Amino acid sequence: MSLLVDIMLVFQRHLRISLRNPLWIVIGLSQPVAFLVLYGPLMTSTLLVTGVAPERAWQTYVPGVLVQLCLFGSAFVGFGVIAEWRGGVIERLRVTPVSRAALLLGRVLRDVALLVVQAVLLIVVALPLGLRASVPGVLAALGVVTLLSLGLACLSCALALTVKSEDTLGPTLNTGLMPLLLLSGVLLPMSFAPRWLDLVSRLTPFRYIVDGMRSAFQGEVFTTTVLTTVLVALAISALSVLLGVRTYLRQSA
Amino acid sequence: MTIIEANGLTRTFRAGRQSIAAVRGVDLRVEAGEIVGFLGPNGAGKTTTLRMLTTLLRPTSGTARIAGADLATASREVRRRIGYVAQYGGTDPNALVEEELFLQARLYRIAAAPARRRVAALLEELDLGGLGARPVGSLSGGQRRRLDIALGLVHEPPVVFLDEPTAGLDPHSRNNLWEHTRRLRDDNGTTVFLTTHYLDEADALCDRILVIDHGRIVAEDTPANLKRQLAADVLTVAVVGDPDAAQRLLAGLPGVRQAAVTSTGDIQVTLADGEQGITDVITALSGAGFGVRALQLARPSLDDVFLNLTGRELRDDPRHPSAPIPTTEGTEHVPAR
Repeated sequence: MSLLVDIMLVFQRHLRISLRNPLWIVIGLSQPVAFLVLYGPLMTSTLLVTGVAPERAWQTYVPGVLVQLCLFGSAFVGFGVIAEWRGGVIERLRVTPVSRAALLLGRVLRDVALLVVQAVLLIVVALPLGLRASVPGVLAALGVVTLLSLGLACLSCALALTVKSEDTLGPTLNTGLMPLLLLSGVLLPMSFAPRWLDLVSRLTPFRYIVDGMRSAFQGEVFTTTVLTTVLVALAISALSVLLGVRTYLRQSA
Repeated sequence: MTIIEANGLTRTFRAGRQSIAAVRGVDLRVEAGEIVGFLGPNGAGKTTTLRMLTTLLRPTSGTARIAGADLATASREVRRRIGYVAQYGGTDPNALVEEELFLQARLYRIAAAPARRRVAALLEELDLGGLGARPVGSLSGGQRRRLDIALGLVHEPPVVFLDEPTAGLDPHSRNNLWEHTRRLRDDNGTTVFLTTHYLDEADALCDRILVIDHGRIVAEDTPANLKRQLAADVLTVAVVGDPDAAQRLLAGLPGVRQAAVTSTGDIQVTLADGEQGITDVITALSGAGFGVRALQLARPSLDDVFLNLTGRELRDDPRHPSAPIPTTEGTEHVPAR
């Protein structure tokens, strides 16, 4: 109960600061929208050549951009943590009886909330471009986006609080994320990949996320593919939250 | 009543394979209602000790009780009963002043309505009236510092820890902050434990001073006693008559450590206790028929005390307030400003 109150207080604080400066939403969205508008038509024509139906092409591409938004939108929230640590904000809050877990979760939930808003906007922007998708499927995909960004944001904060340096955090995240992104099949579906690449891709978690979100967009919501996706997203977020909370607890007496 | 009590506090940091003992067995005792100054050269263990006492850093060994709660077993209770104002504050420049205070109050579980009243009262108390709706980033240095202090006082703690409360402030803001600190003790009976780099601040503000060096407490007493014990008063006397004869006379007096004739013919007398000594000197001189033309007593400053204790100046370079210890967790850090 007390944890929930603390989470709410920390969440509201961060949300209020974000809303006062709504530029974040423009900046956060600019890249995925650019991908959608500038790269989407190219991608969908390519898919058409390979025999994919036009509505399928957007159903394949948009979930990929959503995962990309998720990965890059939430993975970099750690930068804010370093700035706060440096400004003494984290230390000041740690001296209060606030639950350590709430300092992480309240903050991360703000990031999740912003990300979900961006995801919805992205889907809306994709509609005039030609996206048609099943409503339950889109809702399921948004659920996955929520879980995934929760997990990734926790990991990012934990990493940030461990390395405490932007110079280390940036390259570490890029090095980790780029191969994961390529292997997930975000840009082109892995069904086009040579066998070895397809196999490697199956060893990474985001492959399952992207596959399931594509099925969901196509209206195949209650399938094992989507179930696998949800389970993978749940596992990622549960493990990451645990790791994040542990890191936040470890940092003090 | 003892409100802060520490026994054998130590803290060892690891830097690679080396382990560095930042604090090597600190025993200290602070009575309720005292303003205690915690002094030490850079790297002496000041901030590390403070961070241990405020639950930010787990001691490697040793125990402490703060406001009746045990540091090791009831750290949450300790947090509830202390206020802590870090050297670099801890406010978000994008947050509003009243937002920061209100959040802080709510985190201490003050209900919304009383929290709002408390915020309003604190803003008045610390001369921040009318600044509630301003972003923290737009405050002046002195205003920001008073906000930091207000944040530490939101829950009316019996003990407040202030880390370098006036570092970087102009003289006017410093005096103003001293006033606020004294009022805390006088009006609310709050115990104040502060670290400072300024000896004049310790002298003017503190009832008692603890000096830490190389991770241990090397002296503790009132500023006046420390000066009496660790640095001497120097009395300069100009006599009518032969200065050398007067010098021989004074050198033999009890309580006089040293007497010497200066190039201008004055006599410089080093006294163990200036107030007592000055009477003895005058009595002795007039008894032997010397007239006294002028007298000047120079009281020692805490700087002298400090130099005597640690062999170092308290401030080697005021632009670099503290040197970071090269470890990753819970060290003294110097944020980029």
